Amino acid sequence: MLLDALLLQLGYNATLVAIGAALLGTAAGITGTFLFLRKRALVSDAVSHATLPGVCIAFLVMVFLGGDGRNLAGLLLGSAVTAGIGLLCMNWLTRNTRLAEDAAIGAVLSVFFGLGIVLLTVIQTLGVGRQAGLEGFLLGSTAGMLYSDALVIAGGGAAALVMILLTRRPMTLVAFDPEYATARGLPVERIDMLMMGLVMAVTVVGLKIVGLILIVALLIIPAVTARFWTERSEHVVLLAGLFGGLSAYVGAALSASAPNLPTGPIIVLVSFAFFALSLFLAPNRGVLAAVLRHLKFQRRVHLRQGLLALAQGHAIYESLTLRLLRRAGLVRADGVATERGRARASKALRDERRWEVVRSDMAHEAAAALYDGLRDIETVLTQDQIQEIDRQIGGPHEVLS
Amino acid sequence: MSGEEFVPLSLTPMLIGIFAAVACALPGNFLLLRRQALIGDAISHVVLPGIVVAFLMTGMIAAWPMMLGAAGAAIVAVILIEAIRRLGRIEPGAAMGVVFTTMFAGGVLLLEQSDTSTVHLDVEHALYGNLESLIWLDAIGWSSLFDATALAQLPVELPRMALTLVGVCLFIALFWRALKISTFDEGFARTMGIRTNLLGLGLVITAAVAAVAAFDAVGSIIVIAMFICPPAAARMMTNRLEDQIGWSVLFAVLSAVLGYVLAGYGPLWLGASDAVSAAGMIATVSGVILGVAARFGPCRSRAGAPAGI
Repeated sequence: MLLDALLLQLGYNATLVAIGAALLGTAAGITGTFLFLRKRALVSDAVSHATLPGVCIAFLVMVFLGGDGRNLAGLLLGSAVTAGIGLLCMNWLTRNTRLAEDAAIGAVLSVFFGLGIVLLTVIQTLGVGRQAGLEGFLLGSTAGMLYSDALVIAGGGAAALVMILLTRRPMTLVAFDPEYATARGLPVERIDMLMMGLVMAVTVVGLKIVGLILIVALLIIPAVTARFWTERSEHVVLLAGLFGGLSAYVGAALSASAPNLPTGPIIVLVSFAFFALSLFLAPNRGVLAAVLRHLKFQRRVHLRQGLLALAQGHAIYESLTLRLLRRAGLVRADGVATERGRARASKALRDERRWEVVRSDMAHEAAAALYDGLRDIETVLTQDQIQEIDRQIGGPHEVLS
Repeated sequence: MSGEEFVPLSLTPMLIGIFAAVACALPGNFLLLRRQALIGDAISHVVLPGIVVAFLMTGMIAAWPMMLGAAGAAIVAVILIEAIRRLGRIEPGAAMGVVFTTMFAGGVLLLEQSDTSTVHLDVEHALYGNLESLIWLDAIGWSSLFDATALAQLPVELPRMALTLVGVCLFIALFWRALKISTFDEGFARTMGIRTNLLGLGLVITAAVAAVAAFDAVGSIIVIAMFICPPAAARMMTNRLEDQIGWSVLFAVLSAVLGYVLAGYGPLWLGASDAVSAAGMIATVSGVILGVAARFGPCRSRAGAPAGI
């Protein structure tokens, strides 16, 4: 069943929904990256909650005009209008008052959502009886979706993607380095508005599939996931699109494969699974990599200290140090240094003396700044410089043993 | 309106609304100044999986297991956010977004997968509560306030919410000086020997307790609105923390009363026959108050800083 769903064998509508979700997820992932790099990830939360009153007003207007009231395009248009108003309110609050952005986000989010709920109850009490579809916008519902609805979603997702393709360069620049973009003469404010416009478009298109409470996840999680894997901004954008599209596609397919699997939450959970995997396994920024790096560092410190102790004839009691030295063949089982161990130890001690000279000599200031107790002196100074230092220290001494 | 009608039908919901609003607005003042305003938002989302898990484990809708489940979920969320922020070196806003959406999604999925059709537990209820249903049927008028048998039938949410409010007030009163110093100058607070980390955690836990108690009675939308809107409006009115808290309490009470009245009686005045959602209306009124304060408040702009920074 799941395989069928993944291979688009579950009927025409399910296929359309899966494709639409994938397009939407890709667009959301990419747009979210710009937001995330700009450190404004939660703005999307305010935008998405602000769509609710628009949906209700559009429904009321359409019913009032004698229409069906459930026309998806009309509802989405209404949601876009109030989302835009919410966005303007938020910008006005942060710019013209002393409120910080997070407070403005929270205020817009809660007030617009509250208004939307008032309107929802108005619709309920009007006795129109056809409002059941509206509650689907809270958490998304793809069950019983009309063919035309699926087309609207697939089309909207594709349109958002095209917009991103056209504006990716200035957007990347502004997201990554707004000061530089300003210096280059780019209209940063207008590009920011465009970015918000894209967020709005993604939110509005995603309402039906993911729902307004969870769409923010589709904007944030893929971007954060992608950030683990690379340090280059254009790669983050691409990867985020990939993660977003993949999780939306897999999520939509999963939810079509069995009953009682709501699409929105499943998509969010799938994208979180990608996030969790990346958090632990990503090279360089991942947790596993950090742990390995730490262990390696620890081993180097212990080995170094053990060698210095050997060179100065101190007994070693630290068990990890002893184990490491033994494994490297530098000491025997009874803790006495081997031939090679003595050589390495005297080298370590001598290096330490050389470093002392380097660090007390102003001429070597740049090299001395690199001293961390672990670095080999040969990686910092040339052979000539080391010989010069050795002349100051004097010839090699017998190792005490 | 006569006492016979007002006391049983409107007095208790109104009081619960007021208590919930004030209990959320008080810690909201500090959260706002500490740039943690969205914690209320995050908490109100993650409470859902906590409640669902508590329901699945006990198999019934009872107050205490649910409160415990919700509080547990809030604590798990705080730990997760902190862990993701540190381990992944991600900015706090994004870490919060990852955690609360995922936990909310998990809650919805659990709810859909389990058989909760026989009990009153659904997402809509969690979002906008049911303030209107908390009526006091045994009351017959103002005299019932002195009638022990009638008082025993008060909705349990009322004493619980009152207790929460007292707890929140106590926390703020006890730690007033430390809270004030650490909110405005954390470094200075640390040099004075105040454990700022613990205090910050205590504040978040207080906020979580207020949110969970209010959530149970009035739904999450009031919780988010009351954490932010009254303190934000109060911030436009004054530069002094004491005054700000006073204003925020005033605004919270005003939103609760006005919102409840408008939701209950507004449609009747307009000729419609049914009331609209009180929770939504309270949030809307608080937004209107914030809008007015942001436009006309005496201290609305940043002092000493150019606009746009």
